Amino acid sequence: MAATSNPISRLLNINTSGEKGGRNLPLWRQLLLQVLCLIIAAEVLFPIMYVVTLSLSSQTTRPSSLELFPKEFSLVAFQQVLDHPTANPVSFLELLRNSFVLSFGVGLLALLVAVTAAYAFSRFKFKGRAFLMILVFVPLLMPAVGLSTPLYLLMNSIRVVNCGESIAIVPFFQCASGAGKLIFNLRDSLMGVGIAMTAGALPFAVWNLKGYLDTIPKELEEAAMIDGADFNRVFFQIVLPLATPQLAVTFFLGFIGHWQEFALSWLFLSKPQDYTLSMTLYNMTGQYAQNIPWNRFSAMAIIVALPVAIIYMVLQKQIVGGLTAGGVKE
Amino acid sequence: MAQLTLPAEKQKPTRNKVNQTNMAYLYLVPAFVVMAVITFYPLIYQVIVSFTNFETKHLLKGLASTDLQFIGLDNYIKILTGGLPVQNFEFFRVLTYNLWWAVTNVLVHVPAGVLIAVALNVQGLWFKKIYRALYILPVVVPPLVVATVWRNIFDEQYGAMNQFLTAMVQLFSAAADPVRIRWLAEFTPPIPFLLPGVPLPLAYYAMMIANFWLGWPFMTLVATGALQSIPKDLYEAASMDGASAVQQFWNVTVPMLRPAMVPAAIYGFTLSFNLFNFVYFMTQGGPARSTEILVTFAYDLVRNLRLFGAAAAFAVIVFFVSTIIFLITNRLTRATESYTEA
Repeated sequence: MAATSNPISRLLNINTSGEKGGRNLPLWRQLLLQVLCLIIAAEVLFPIMYVVTLSLSSQTTRPSSLELFPKEFSLVAFQQVLDHPTANPVSFLELLRNSFVLSFGVGLLALLVAVTAAYAFSRFKFKGRAFLMILVFVPLLMPAVGLSTPLYLLMNSIRVVNCGESIAIVPFFQCASGAGKLIFNLRDSLMGVGIAMTAGALPFAVWNLKGYLDTIPKELEEAAMIDGADFNRVFFQIVLPLATPQLAVTFFLGFIGHWQEFALSWLFLSKPQDYTLSMTLYNMTGQYAQNIPWNRFSAMAIIVALPVAIIYMVLQKQIVGGLTAGGVKE
Repeated sequence: MAQLTLPAEKQKPTRNKVNQTNMAYLYLVPAFVVMAVITFYPLIYQVIVSFTNFETKHLLKGLASTDLQFIGLDNYIKILTGGLPVQNFEFFRVLTYNLWWAVTNVLVHVPAGVLIAVALNVQGLWFKKIYRALYILPVVVPPLVVATVWRNIFDEQYGAMNQFLTAMVQLFSAAADPVRIRWLAEFTPPIPFLLPGVPLPLAYYAMMIANFWLGWPFMTLVATGALQSIPKDLYEAASMDGASAVQQFWNVTVPMLRPAMVPAAIYGFTLSFNLFNFVYFMTQGGPARSTEILVTFAYDLVRNLRLFGAAAAFAVIVFFVSTIIFLITNRLTRATESYTEA
């Protein structure tokens, strides 16, 4: 390695190749790097330790001084959150179920609807392909909030009505005997939020799957075609099994993306029994939450974060690989 | 993957082609039927609503309301000229702030991410695996949780940040008063003329700190992957030519990282540009809409102000802004792609 006289450049003279220099990293440089790495680790751990410490405390008063290491291991905050998450009469299990139903349903629905379209875009040449692809991907340019106004207005006008004997969906079907009794407004229901979320999730699923299908070699499919398999058999028996890992990734991306979904649910839903975990978390902070103990807020934050964190850690390689592969291509 | 090599059969029969086209349309039917109902129709409806004075009182009857008026481009003009009945909102200030917010985030995250990745890639570094595992943590925590936690950290009275600063100050003089910085509420910009015409309150810096925590680990992740794919003989050749480590960094590492980091930076830019959950959970665009970005304002128009006509027009404008940004970034990506091939 070239000797450098300037002390600053010598300080920076760190071998970045990861190869030569081998194991004999000079001790002072090793220590310098260790200090740097520890500072970064402290930065990363600071908010995490703060929340964990708060959540494990039994004190309901707000912290008067900084504590980053738990003094006690009390699960009372978690217990309180599980027993009685909000001031509203809604149980934790209901909140969990709402969040789960929404994110699971949206992830799965988007995947099922998207997969054939992704295959068609990836493999077939047909008239209007470019135009249809633009149509599908243009909504991706739009932030999720961008479609919220029309979806709100349109779904607000759809009501499920009990006519006594039967159920009608106004305005498409009216009760025979005039107005019936309102069961629910599509806008103010989990189903409505799910539909609105799917509008955002679907183009992403198509894009993500197409990016992956493009990387699967075509030879296998062509060989099967020559052996007389038709398109459907090729799709179901060759392509789907090969794409299974990416199907799982796409589903889980949809799942964790909508597990944290907040904007649409907060806009659409008004009944406490429909609330989701992220809406509850929002309610536990800020100006309207003066009387929520911070240990409970911290417990809730950890509960909301945990499923996402676990899924992400398990699938980290695939998720990052999938995102960057899809992004670089196109 | 497949070992089967096919006989050269370039000329596909026309029957197959027709069949293929029909098949393609069939495969596209589910997605397009769903999108027609929940995406394309709402998009058209949005454009129609944007030309009306749709408000809460029109909710019941929708476009059939008798007192609903078509007011042409009025909503658009009001948004762009600040004629909306909304306090503290000027479109171009919010747009400038939004761009500045996204650009400054990326400008901080990418270099930090690359430098940390390079440091972690040094051969022979102790505890490398532990550091890598630790540094990934911010990527896996949902941004809205990060934002709520940091919001509490920046609390004026009980927040960890002020308590931390208090502890630091009291190291030097034990009698010092506790630090009481109003991180998220103070409106006066600490550096007045940093961005002309756009006040950057303390909350902006607080959010930069919180989003830095959230943002650099992803860049490190991408940079680490790219670093490991750089051929080692490039460094050997460089050092044989007498290049110092600093020269190697600038002349080998940086150019080789560029193809991976440019798309990552663009991804980070669009992510920050539309970082709804984070901004909404941390400041809700406050104080006095000074940290408002386009998406949070769009949301406020529907959710709290209930100006549906204006909200629809605003969403259309946001859509055009996003499209322009996409076209620019897309060109940037293309440019760097050809750079690697050249």
